[in-house]
Amino acid sequence: MWRFIGIRVLQAIPVIFTVITITFFLVRAAPGGPFSSEKAVSDQVKAALEAQYQLDLPAYQQYFNYLGDLFQGDFGPSFNFPGRSVNELIFQGLPITAELGFYALLIAVLIGTLSGVIASLKPNTLQDYAPMSIAMIGICMPSFLLGPTLVLIFAIWLDWLPVSGWGSTPGDKILPSITLGAMYAAYIARLSRAGMLEVLSQDYLRTARAKGLPEYKVILKHALRGGLIPVIAYLGPAFAGLLSGSFVVETVFQVPGLGRVFFEAAVKRDYTKILGKTVFLATLIVLFNLFSDVMAAWMNPRLRYQFRK
Amino acid sequence: MAEPVNTTVTLEAMPKGISLWDDAWLRLKKNKLAMFGLCFLLVMIVLCILAPLITPYGYEEQDLRLGASAPSLAHWLGTDTFGRDMLTRILYGGRVSLMVGFIATAVALVIGVSYGAIAGYAGGRVDALMMRLVDIIYALPFMIFIVLLMVVFGRNLLLLFLAIGAVEWLVMARIVRGQVLNLRQQEFVEAAISLGLAPADIIRKHLIPNALGPIIVYTTLTIPNVMLLEAFLSFLGLGIQPPQSSWGLLISYGVETMEEYPWILIFPGLALTLTLFALNFLGDGLRDALDPKASKD
Amino acid sequence: MTIRQLSFILFSVLMLTACGGGSGLSRVDQGTIDGVLHFGNGTEPQTVDPHIATGVPEHHVITALFEGLTTKNPYTLEPEPGVAESWDISPDGMTYTFHLRQNASWSNGDLMTAEDFRWSWERALTPELASEYAYMYYPVLNAEAFTTGKIDDFSQVGVKVIDDYTLEVQLRAPTPYFLQLLDHYSTYPIHRATVEAFGAKTDRLSRWSREGNIVSNGPFELTEWQISSHIRVEKRANYWGSDNVKLNAIVYYPTENLTTEERMFRDGLIHRTEEVPLDKVPVYLEEDPDSIVIAPYLSSYFYLINTTKAPMDDVRVRRALSMAVDRELLNETVLENIMSPAYYLTPPGTVGYEPPVTFGYDPEQARALLAEAGYPNGEGFPTFEILYNTQENHRRIAIAIQEMWRETLNIDVDIVNQEWQVYLESVDNLAYDVARRGWVGDYVDPNTYLDMYITGGGNNSTGFSNTRYDEIMLNEAPLKLDTEERFALYREAETILMEHMPIIPIYIYQTKNLKHPDLKGAPSNIMDHYNWKYVYLEATPASN
Repeated sequence: MWRFIGIRVLQAIPVIFTVITITFFLVRAAPGGPFSSEKAVSDQVKAALEAQYQLDLPAYQQYFNYLGDLFQGDFGPSFNFPGRSVNELIFQGLPITAELGFYALLIAVLIGTLSGVIASLKPNTLQDYAPMSIAMIGICMPSFLLGPTLVLIFAIWLDWLPVSGWGSTPGDKILPSITLGAMYAAYIARLSRAGMLEVLSQDYLRTARAKGLPEYKVILKHALRGGLIPVIAYLGPAFAGLLSGSFVVETVFQVPGLGRVFFEAAVKRDYTKILGKTVFLATLIVLFNLFSDVMAAWMNPRLRYQFRK
Repeated sequence: MAEPVNTTVTLEAMPKGISLWDDAWLRLKKNKLAMFGLCFLLVMIVLCILAPLITPYGYEEQDLRLGASAPSLAHWLGTDTFGRDMLTRILYGGRVSLMVGFIATAVALVIGVSYGAIAGYAGGRVDALMMRLVDIIYALPFMIFIVLLMVVFGRNLLLLFLAIGAVEWLVMARIVRGQVLNLRQQEFVEAAISLGLAPADIIRKHLIPNALGPIIVYTTLTIPNVMLLEAFLSFLGLGIQPPQSSWGLLISYGVETMEEYPWILIFPGLALTLTLFALNFLGDGLRDALDPKASKD
Repeated sequence: MTIRQLSFILFSVLMLTACGGGSGLSRVDQGTIDGVLHFGNGTEPQTVDPHIATGVPEHHVITALFEGLTTKNPYTLEPEPGVAESWDISPDGMTYTFHLRQNASWSNGDLMTAEDFRWSWERALTPELASEYAYMYYPVLNAEAFTTGKIDDFSQVGVKVIDDYTLEVQLRAPTPYFLQLLDHYSTYPIHRATVEAFGAKTDRLSRWSREGNIVSNGPFELTEWQISSHIRVEKRANYWGSDNVKLNAIVYYPTENLTTEERMFRDGLIHRTEEVPLDKVPVYLEEDPDSIVIAPYLSSYFYLINTTKAPMDDVRVRRALSMAVDRELLNETVLENIMSPAYYLTPPGTVGYEPPVTFGYDPEQARALLAEAGYPNGEGFPTFEILYNTQENHRRIAIAIQEMWRETLNIDVDIVNQEWQVYLESVDNLAYDVARRGWVGDYVDPNTYLDMYITGGGNNSTGFSNTRYDEIMLNEAPLKLDTEERFALYREAETILMEHMPIIPIYIYQTKNLKHPDLKGAPSNIMDHYNWKYVYLEATPASN
């Protein structure tokens, strides 16, 4: 198994490298640039600006310079926050985004799997419909709708919680966590119900039941292993998404996380920040997809055959 | 501790082309909720297509002096800030949303399922290569990609569907691959392999049908996602342009005035939610009906 | 059951982690007591380096941290003494002599001298720094030549240190608005030793202006800056005028989301907002009129026409389009009656300049003009596009105008939105038919608007070219010492502009802010400028 993990970690290198290369040239091909503004800038000012950021060098040279810096762990200076490095911006936002992501994940995984599993045990009864209907509403309420709605109800009408902020007023972490977690919870609920239904009718469970195992043991020891496979496959991208931040949730609730920094980067064509984000996201994707594959194998011994190859 | 024990699978129990679908339709017809969902969807589609016959207003017709007005006899669902009839806009918007929802999801479904199934079935190096490619695409800056697409090809709806399909298949592929990896080791698949069936047939006849549950569920999850993604792309300039609209756009505009003119948000929201409920009932019904194991009961 | 218990536990966990100590007072009320102003600042400032910064949010922070030779009275917008205690202007209006106060100091205690200004201006104008606002210095003799690299000896530029406390500035032409420019952050002084400690003076990436490093000379100093969260500045004890500074601190919040910003105000989290969502305007006017402030702003909203492309190369078509826009109706409905319909480019009343009104809303004549141009009743008129960058208000205006043109002229118009950067490129390359545009004046003078439309001007973007217009703007008006004569020329220029109609004026902007009644000494003015020395907080018992 360690060999398997080792190989996957090695595979991350070409993945990240490819992502960097494509992104590097993609952002330069996109219309506009970090110095576009509504006010016309004279050609000579533009040239001086480009010289400051070494954009006057040939593209391949910029590319190798960037790779060189990256190799030393330096994402480069931010274009639209002069005097700040991309590293700083990531390190400043990451703890906050991670904390928010963690709460959202807790909500998503706990509520999601639990309601999905409960629903699957008695399909097509109230025990199924009630949690699944709530999940459906969670899916139909994108965060740009759910966030402001929750604020309206709990902060404005009921006045229980603050409108926005992160760690500055008591209770201000609750609504953003719920808003961010809700959609993931709904997905996980639907997926775990489906996965569970798939295994519950399989023969090995009948065998297990026939052997006289109590129902809860059947479910915990056998059914969950197969039933949660779709959820686990989904968790890889979900983790990565949560940790790279949500622009909508962070602006609606004024959370100083990575999502805002990264979204701004794309809008402003802040090349180094876009690349920083992409490398960051690629690393997360590779890591968490690996994590979810290993977890799938751990939960379901039948999948371990992959490791032998 | 006990490894799952599998009973031997007889060939008769394996799903066979046509009989599976005939069977499924019979079972689906018995499922009241699913039939209700199907009927609701059909009605919604017909209403959207027949929109010009249903309302006397045009979707672009303004009455600036009227502005946003609450539901009334003249405007059953009220009007937006331009005095445009909401019912009309929801029906016309439904055309766009339903079309995007179904077509883009179909694109994602076809690519995602076949890609994931092939990766999972092949395993080993092929699997690794294919899944790393998915990782790469997932990490690329989506917004820049869309802006470029738009600049190179100009705006058109087909491109919109492709762009959405191109991102939505990734998670689908991961999920299907996970399922197939699991099924691949089961005896009935090994039996099929030992019988010398072609890989394509095994994937089509044995692996995908057994993974249908998560596939159907994920598909029903993809549809709303796609409809809302369309709104985001329209903001970037790649989607539809005013005065046309879609449910996603109507909702996003409605959010801004949710306190002053709640009907501008609530009715498009209801249209989307009810449609998705219907889709889900239908999806669950389909899943039950297509369950290859259920036929043994 | 289990779900409910679980969510309850989760909820409690979140509550616990999120809870600190709480007092009954809202942040704003507490702020009023402590003299701390909570200020909604729109977007996140990119930098507080005065020579690199370009935006309005930056302006609100930099004016608290730094001070130029002059400042502005927030009520009259007249120049007031800043670092310069007094100044003399030569009779020909070409030489300004500034007498600096001797007790002006930097935040590290260093005293300020005239050399600080000379060195700072040299830095701002050095071509390698690529300061986008270098043109603010152009009235100074040879400043343009130096910043465009035509001369590289700064001693030829019209700035001279006479002694430690006397600075002489030589202009290339009398510039009545010159004193105003000295309150623009691009002409503020910066601390040489600090800049040089962190790298070359022209290095844009330098960290000298970061929190912890920066040394500034204004009434406040930077103490905290957390990106996307807040910037905090605190009153500086060794500022020369600190006795007159009433606030103890200002906290700026980046508030990109208008809905959230308005709710933060309602929830008592900020004293002031940068914007008010349009749909909220009537609500506030009705329910809380003391909190909403709508005031004229030196900003114009208009549509650009690409005059190089048929059929818009025909002036009759352009005039027809313009006359078919019912600006009054637009304002009363879509714009909630808070803008001011415009039939000219320049905001009226800018230091006494009244723009000419040469046309009005006239659907009859619009149709006649279109017919004359060969499109009776819009027949044969090609479909064209209105381009705007993705933003809610632009969208609303475009939708209304699209319909007005369709109804009045019977022509088909598509609306196209583009992401900001793409939009900028399209406008820049004349790859559009009609595009929306806004312009905020850099200083209070019609020149800041009218000089855009000289032939080949960087901000022209319409292909418009007129020799008489160029003559007035480049050669005649700058030489007129007398304001009345100068304004007469500007009126002639603006009349030419409106006759050729390369732009369709739509409205003159008004700022709309929410201001807590406790916030005093912050009058609205057309520059939307705050003079932080005038601002104070005082509880108004009645308002609560």
